[in-house]
Amino acid sequence: MENNNKRLLTVSSSPHIRSSATVSDIMTDVVIALMPALIAGVWIFGYRAFVLTAVAVLSCFCFEYAFDYLVNGSYKKNRRKPSVCDCSFAVTGMLLAFSVPPTLPVWQLVVGCLFAMVIVKMLFGGIGRNFANPAVTARIFLFLAFSGAMTRWTFDGVASATPLAGGTANYLTLFLGTHAGCIGETSAAALIVGGLYLILRGVISWETPVFFVLAAAVLSSVFGIDPLFTVLSGGLLLGAIFMATDYTTSPLNFWGKAIFGAGCGILTVVFRKYSNNPEGVSFAILLLNILTPYIDRAVRPRAFGEAKRK
Amino acid sequence: MSFFTKIKGVRVPHKKNTAEAEPKVLPAVSSVFLPMNMHIGAPSVPCVAAGDAVLVGQKVAEAGGFVSSPVHSPVSGTVTAVHDKLYATGEKVGVIEIASDGRNTPSPDIKPPVIESTEDFIAAVRNSGAVGLGGAGFPTAVKLTVRPEQTVDYIIINAAECEPYITSDTRTIIESAEDIFFGLSLLKKYINPGELIIGIEANKKTAADYLLRQSELHTNKELGVKIAILPSVYPQGGEKVLIYNTTHRIVPEGKLPLDVGCIVLNVTTLAVIAKYVKTGVPLTHKVVTVDGTAVKSPANVLAPIGAKISDLLELCGADPDAAAKILYGGPMMGTAVPSADVPVRKNTNAVLAFTEKEAVLPEEQPCIRCGRCVASCPLKLQTVEIHNAYLNNKPEFIEQYKANICMECGCCSYVCPAKRQLTQYMKLAKAALREYQDKQAAAAEKAKLLEEAANGE
Repeated sequence: MENNNKRLLTVSSSPHIRSSATVSDIMTDVVIALMPALIAGVWIFGYRAFVLTAVAVLSCFCFEYAFDYLVNGSYKKNRRKPSVCDCSFAVTGMLLAFSVPPTLPVWQLVVGCLFAMVIVKMLFGGIGRNFANPAVTARIFLFLAFSGAMTRWTFDGVASATPLAGGTANYLTLFLGTHAGCIGETSAAALIVGGLYLILRGVISWETPVFFVLAAAVLSSVFGIDPLFTVLSGGLLLGAIFMATDYTTSPLNFWGKAIFGAGCGILTVVFRKYSNNPEGVSFAILLLNILTPYIDRAVRPRAFGEAKRK
Repeated sequence: MSFFTKIKGVRVPHKKNTAEAEPKVLPAVSSVFLPMNMHIGAPSVPCVAAGDAVLVGQKVAEAGGFVSSPVHSPVSGTVTAVHDKLYATGEKVGVIEIASDGRNTPSPDIKPPVIESTEDFIAAVRNSGAVGLGGAGFPTAVKLTVRPEQTVDYIIINAAECEPYITSDTRTIIESAEDIFFGLSLLKKYINPGELIIGIEANKKTAADYLLRQSELHTNKELGVKIAILPSVYPQGGEKVLIYNTTHRIVPEGKLPLDVGCIVLNVTTLAVIAKYVKTGVPLTHKVVTVDGTAVKSPANVLAPIGAKISDLLELCGADPDAAAKILYGGPMMGTAVPSADVPVRKNTNAVLAFTEKEAVLPEEQPCIRCGRCVASCPLKLQTVEIHNAYLNNKPEFIEQYKANICMECGCCSYVCPAKRQLTQYMKLAKAALREYQDKQAAAAEKAKLLEEAANGE
């Protein structure tokens, strides 16, 4: 017993147990939370909504897989897991598809996915390193590159203006989403269900979406715009629940999230009122993404027992 | 306190498998190994030499300074060696090896100490060999030494035992609740704090009931002991956390609990002191929880300090070949040992053995900045920022983000979905910070000297 060569024991730094949470679980939860909006999109806009979403997810997968392989080397030879294993490509793909009109040509959406995955995400180092939300930035890219197709709205096969661009809608159609708009952003009900799921699962915290919505509502009442209309129309809820809560590009702490959310809400309403475009959610989120590190540093909470900062 | 200063933490699995059963007694051991560094502070100094005969409870090493503690022999027999040995921590440590004669003859020195004053009491605490038995191993006599300008408003007895698996404190409470209250009366008499509080987690109902029953005895009523039942959230037993949750006082960075009028003692430490004052028997044996996935019949084991942990594991049916990782202490803060041939130390409250499955380290993935480490940190640190600052070699940010406050409780690593070794990064960041601050201090010193030299000319 004393002398036999027992195999070596593992030594490592504490803690020696871990929770079961993984990154891919979190991303799967987000995909689940996006399902109601996808179902609503297909119900409102027909099968093309599903085709575009599927194409976006698939091309995001391909672009990330290929980039990772070409830049970081063979998976087998380097004995590493492909970066797509974290499932975050699916979230980006779905969010991008959800923020384009259902009539967008497929190839334009694929170009958008290329932009999101390669330029915004992978070139900055992949998951956790991008400074801006890939879906938001790619949407802005598509909007600037293909303005015509990105603002061609139809509803029930007929050309129709979105409520923000002067189309008609009452609260019920806004809530259910039965009006012209992007694939996944019209149905407030479906988005709220998804958001509640994420909050209950502890994936996102309530601060960002709530402050986003509150700030937008308050500022639009100041401007004399119906606050409920502001919140329910356009991509505000999709942005507030799914895009502004992106971990990598939003602040860490309570006050940071509050400032981030409120900033997005205020800028959205300002853009909607004063810019040439009827919509401003993605521009607002992109601007606040860039400010995130500064917000984080400005409102860092005091550590337990930390002396007052001078 | 404000709504925002609620201490966070994580809900870890309790796994208190061994709480209900009485401790097993380890059969007589043939030899014991007593390291001289079983506490924080100066190593103890051996006062026996190879060949000396020793008896149970005889002092074999003296305290090596103010922050130090004596060591007593747990067996009777002959000292076989007093030498430096390469120890599990990678440093050379003095070790006294004693071969047992199997008779366990008690030393004639064992008699209750005469205590007439606070000084006598602290001397008795020192002589009992008591150190912080919750795991830290800080010499207890030092904790109880109150400077004249300091007041003790609270003495908090730490019975939280928040780590998974460990139940040795729970067993101490169940088996020696009387001793604990005798200890409390000593503290009341000689340290005279404003209030005595016992902090215990809600998941230890049996033990809490024992304490409540004792506190209601008319002999103990006048002590006014408050038993605080705390939520079972790890790290409830962390010193700063326990102080805040029982008294709402915050220990400032770089300060000790006594600076805010608090002393925290582990409940088993208190029982050791009480036993010494009552009988004169010093700290020579320890109840150790033996558990983990590689242990077939988990149990608490009463073992002499210095017994090999391999003996304890075998007693509990652990297959030495199935164990792939062995820990001193709990799974959140315990130390992995390189071999089972290491002794039970004074501050060993558990020996856990895990199979290959639990020993495999999860692969680190890129941080997604989800902020769960920040949300779970009981000390409200920006863990992810410190992690980034360390990886980017920015000690000035490590300093800004207050890495020095970290107590290495392990919550951040536990919750991390990307399985990053955050606690390890925090330890590394703290080391980098110390190096940086030393360099800064040296540079400042040099600048001052140069300036003085320039002024002198």
